[in-house]
Amino acid sequence: MAAIPIEVGLVIAGALFCIGLVGVLVRRNVIFILLSIEIMLNACGLAFVLAGSYWRQPDGQAMYFFILTMAAAEVAVGLSLVLQVYHHFGSLDANMVNRMRG
Amino acid sequence: MTVIFYLSAVLAIAATVLAVTRVNAVHALLYFICSLLATGVMFFVLGAPFVAALVVIINAGAIMVLFVFVVMMLNLGPQSAKQETAWLRPRAWIVPTLLSAVLIVELIYSLTHYRSVVAAGHVVPPQEVGIALFGPYLLAVELASMLLLAALLGAYHLGRGVLRFTGGRS
Repeated sequence: MAAIPIEVGLVIAGALFCIGLVGVLVRRNVIFILLSIEIMLNACGLAFVLAGSYWRQPDGQAMYFFILTMAAAEVAVGLSLVLQVYHHFGSLDANMVNRMRG
Repeated sequence: MTVIFYLSAVLAIAATVLAVTRVNAVHALLYFICSLLATGVMFFVLGAPFVAALVVIINAGAIMVLFVFVVMMLNLGPQSAKQETAWLRPRAWIVPTLLSAVLIVELIYSLTHYRSVVAAGHVVPPQEVGIALFGPYLLAVELASMLLLAALLGAYHLGRGVLRFTGGRS
């Protein structure tokens, strides 16, 4: 297969992670925040697969499998929370949700 | 193959930037699906065909469809896009973007000043991944299935009232 320097791959993963981080910091819509978290998880998975491919071990791909499972669980719970937030507040503004009534 | 890797890397980064900066949720989701497919191509070139298939089937196929369904249920129209535009003023995004840019520059600097390690790219076949998953990682796989079960129950419990509500309204 192709010979790709591992630094380049790590830089790509880091760039994707930083874009996701900007998304989490900048957006106020809860759906976009969840999407940015997905971007960050995917970037982490890319770094894992890259490392697994570098050391020629299957562990990187196994780790990606677990990241994928975690992402699926997080998205399921997060999106049902989004539905609840929209139901209660009539908006997806993350700043609205921080005023909780105990 | 190297050209394909770099091409899909550029495509992934560009599509992710577009996904983060869109105001319309459906456009952002479509751009992110494009980015995921590019990541799948990168995995394939890196010699991880099992994970490439997982990305396309589960990440782009199942998780993103969940997002699309929720966006459709919430019926986010043009007024939501207008609100997003109002929220995305330069005052709001310029500082986090600069901080993250510093982060990636640091990473690039530290990686280029490390001694060069060449060559990633050796096919790890799905058989080896399967043997690893059901050998040393067996307990973790079981725990992952329990996590999925807990997420299923949690999502059902949280979404039950809302589903009844929207069903009655429509």
